[in-house]
Amino acid sequence: MIPLLASKLILKCLERENVEYVFGYPGGALLPLYEAFRTSPIKHILVRNEQTAPHYASGYARESGRVGVCLATSGPGATNLVTGIATAYLDSIPIVAITGQVDRALIGTDAFQEADITGATAPFTKHSYLVQNAADIPRIIREAFHIASTGRPGPVLIDIPRDVQLENVKTGLTYDKIDIMGYKPNLNGHSGQIKRAIKKIKEAKKPVIYAGGGIVLGNAQAELLAFAEKNNTPVITSLMGIGAFPEDHPLYCGIVGSHGYKYSNVVMNGADLIINIGARMSNRATSQLTKFEKDTDFVHIDIDPAEIGKNMETNIPIVGDAKTVLSELVQKDTVGDHAVWLAEIETIRSENPLVYDADPPCSDLINPKILFKDMSKMTSDNATVVGDVGLNQIWSALYYRIIKNRRYYTSGGLGTMGYSIPAACGAVFATLDKPKEIFIVCGDGSFQMSMGELGVIAEHQLNVNIILITNTKLGMVRQLQFDNYGKGHYSGTDINFDIDFMKLAEAYGIKSFKVDKNADFNKVLPEAIKHQGPTLIQCQVHPDFIRI
Amino acid sequence: MEKKTCLSLLVENNFGVLSRISGLFARRGYNIDSLTVGTTENAELSRITITVTGDDQILTQIKKQLNKLIDVITVIELKPDEAIIRELVFIKVKADDTTRSQIVEIANMFRANIVDVARESLVIEITGTRYKIEGFFEMVEPYGILEFVRSGDTGLQRGGKILSH
Repeated sequence: MIPLLASKLILKCLERENVEYVFGYPGGALLPLYEAFRTSPIKHILVRNEQTAPHYASGYARESGRVGVCLATSGPGATNLVTGIATAYLDSIPIVAITGQVDRALIGTDAFQEADITGATAPFTKHSYLVQNAADIPRIIREAFHIASTGRPGPVLIDIPRDVQLENVKTGLTYDKIDIMGYKPNLNGHSGQIKRAIKKIKEAKKPVIYAGGGIVLGNAQAELLAFAEKNNTPVITSLMGIGAFPEDHPLYCGIVGSHGYKYSNVVMNGADLIINIGARMSNRATSQLTKFEKDTDFVHIDIDPAEIGKNMETNIPIVGDAKTVLSELVQKDTVGDHAVWLAEIETIRSENPLVYDADPPCSDLINPKILFKDMSKMTSDNATVVGDVGLNQIWSALYYRIIKNRRYYTSGGLGTMGYSIPAACGAVFATLDKPKEIFIVCGDGSFQMSMGELGVIAEHQLNVNIILITNTKLGMVRQLQFDNYGKGHYSGTDINFDIDFMKLAEAYGIKSFKVDKNADFNKVLPEAIKHQGPTLIQCQVHPDFIRI
Repeated sequence: MEKKTCLSLLVENNFGVLSRISGLFARRGYNIDSLTVGTTENAELSRITITVTGDDQILTQIKKQLNKLIDVITVIELKPDEAIIRELVFIKVKADDTTRSQIVEIANMFRANIVDVARESLVIEITGTRYKIEGFFEMVEPYGILEFVRSGDTGLQRGGKILSH
């Protein structure tokens, strides 16, 4: 066998994993790998800061259903990935992060650009590798992609010393068999527990399905719809569960949690059975769920056994894949009579309507709730909206309707500001062969965290529309300051310089609009969508508009 | 209710496995009472015994979280009536011509070994359960304990069951 340079072998292995794009930033410890990129069919997208690279990979993964790949050099390059890796971990997004490392002999000597990145990321990687022998590369890359994408998905990190990349290896790409002794995810639910669940579902008078990100990640939307319709059971989602169930469906009952709909929390509090499918029951989701009856039953279906019973006592645990378990459940006799409950829900819904109105001076400028409601009517049935973190996120999550094949991505678990621009770009790269409408929703705070990435948007003329909600404030923290300390108790939440975003967009050659009335937004949005290439719509919202 | 539990783990000898396990305890706020690691009959695997204190909910979480680590192959709880759990302790006790023979007598009663003798001290090696060791400490305490070192619990299931199966 002809020896192959390890750096080339790495890219060959990535090719075998069907990697099309790598989002990265070069550096000294990656010189051999970047030399190999020149002759590889894998496309390298140069991000403008390593901090955004995992978000590109995340957006790519969420849109394509495949593993996203990001790359950074040793030391500061690697540590810049940390927040993005943690973001992917909290939302269970399958990404593989590859980092350069100093030469093996230098590890532990505090060499130039040395950082213990496997150690630094251990708390929020699903697994990580420090490659010590080039001959292990085929096995490690195969395992990394397998671990990232199966079971409960998540980020895997591969740290590769520079001198390993320069080794000549005789090993081929023959490593196909995956046999990891300690990793055998369980997809099929336990039949005994499923039987118990069926009995409870049939007996329940007030059941609710609580759908989490696991439905979206597990591609189980169709199975959930079939199960909910068959059993006439209302569906409430978590923030990560947006897109699990069509929001125009009569059984759809909104989003639960401290930033959810009021009626959803009331409905969930009134349930006698909660069928949780792929939701973590995080503190933000459950903060309003205080009135559970003592005899409320909890069925929890999750692929990660450690999630079951972690945050909420569960009497029927089912460890398994959402799609597999729902396919099984839908074939069983579970139908009960919920007519009274559904009527009660209608009353709850009408007693707790969504409030769109605002008073002057807030009503003088854009009403963001109406903006997203209107946007729902003007965008395609398969549009992707990537919400950032802050008020923009909650407004878009609550008032933009996810129907048919639309998708909504956001940093739900970690709440990482600056997520939307790179994640949406990653989604665009995943759909270049089948272009679709992709929107970035961010505020002036989150926009400025990642605005360097406008360079990537401009360079590749990515067809993405940025809905930039500006109020010269860090709106959500300001809202918390108002709620906790009272009016006027604002601190550190003014973005005091009113940036000319139009000029900024112009500098990057991005077509831009500025609107301060909902009617004007409705006029320019279709134009922005029609435009071939990137656009930015700056939407002026009054600083005192802090209600969700 | 909090209780002490002994866990036995079979893990792959991969880079950083011990720091992954200890890091898991640290970041999730679980207390490790003791931890021992050693090689096994299979050169690629190590065996770790961890003693932890916590209520049932925490112990269940610990087991689940350990099982999530890719390098961890098996986690079992060593129940006192189904397993042998022992600890090795070295104790340096003050001993002079008047007390030495009394201490040796106590050591003999506990089937402990004298492993070092000096003019003013003795080092005693004792192996046993937590209760036996506590009992021994109580007996030699009046003579003056200069220092001691404990290995932490290590254990094996009784009967024919094998962890790697």
